[in-house]
Amino acid sequence: MNLMQEFTKGIIKENPLFRLMLGTCPALAITTSVENGLGMGAAFTGVLLASNIVISLMRSIIPASVRIPAYVVIIASFVTMTDQLMHAFTPGVYKSLGIFIPLIVVNCIILGRAEAFASRNSVVPSIVDALGMGLGFTIALVMVCTFREVLGSGTFLGIQLLPEGIPAILMILPPGGFITLGCLLGFLNKMQKKYAL
Amino acid sequence: MQEYFIIIISAVLVNNIVLSQFLGICPFLGVSKKLTASLGMGGAVSFVLVLSGSITWLLQQYVLNPFKIGYMQTVAFILVIAALVQFVEMVMRKFTPPLYKALGIYLPLITTNCAVLGVAIINIQKDLSFTKALVNSLGHSAGFTLALVLMSGIRERLEEADIPESMQGAPIALVVAALMSMAFLGFSGLL
Repeated sequence: MNLMQEFTKGIIKENPLFRLMLGTCPALAITTSVENGLGMGAAFTGVLLASNIVISLMRSIIPASVRIPAYVVIIASFVTMTDQLMHAFTPGVYKSLGIFIPLIVVNCIILGRAEAFASRNSVVPSIVDALGMGLGFTIALVMVCTFREVLGSGTFLGIQLLPEGIPAILMILPPGGFITLGCLLGFLNKMQKKYAL
Repeated sequence: MQEYFIIIISAVLVNNIVLSQFLGICPFLGVSKKLTASLGMGGAVSFVLVLSGSITWLLQQYVLNPFKIGYMQTVAFILVIAALVQFVEMVMRKFTPPLYKALGIYLPLITTNCAVLGVAIINIQKDLSFTKALVNSLGHSAGFTLALVLMSGIRERLEEADIPESMQGAPIALVVAALMSMAFLGFSGLL
């Protein structure tokens, strides 16, 4: 199995947010600043990596009939760890992500990878798969964040880009999230048709 | 009485769970193509949401808090929700087969609906009393159903519209949601 292929599929061909339309809740809610996007991406990748490793190690022990509850418990434990770690070390990001850190548990991407990949493959491909998917999701989040932060508050990672007074506040309010993701998806669909990605 | 009224208005309109808190977007985009399906999904989610909202509140108050294991919240809540969904499914299959058939496919999906876990956590974070938590869950589930039904009404008409190929499906649904969300922003003056 080609590891490079496993890695890149998460970024373009099977990008969880843009292609599979999974994880839309955090992608709309916390993407008001690039810092939030990076924080969420890191937390998400961490949980996905850890749960993929454990699930692929335990794949022969977990009986098929109770696999979903078992996966959920494994994922929830790692989410709790991430929650505690972020609370201790990155209080600022922790505060602005708020309820969406515990909600990583119900992020369909993680359960989806556990079911579709980690439960059928050995540890090394599972790690590569988690890294690729995590990176793909982070890139997608940062793309949405960039549009919203630059247009909505005139900054990028806190650096002032647009003169004061210009920003369209709407972009960092809820409608801005929907409209940014909708337009980005439409644009990417068009690009995909054109260049057959 | 007034307090409860404010909680309901706030949960249904001002802080609508889908359009301003972004919880439960997956079913909002996925199951909003037909009016009947969105009513079914709204009903199933409301049912589980209100039940799990009450049970998780009791769990937090009488188990997690006394034993000082608040950090187990996420694990405990998701287990309660998963068990509850399974239980509701079994009860419905036994006692109300027609309803079970109507909701069948949506029921298992509710476990991974972030609205259910989200409202349970919001109830605890806001430090609501039991009755207020119950009213809050009811309001949020009404808001969810309202958003889903409105969306499906619009999408049924969008079917006949001439949309550019690359915007069909999810992209146009998101743009419609953006317009709806803007309309709901207007409610923020209510309170």
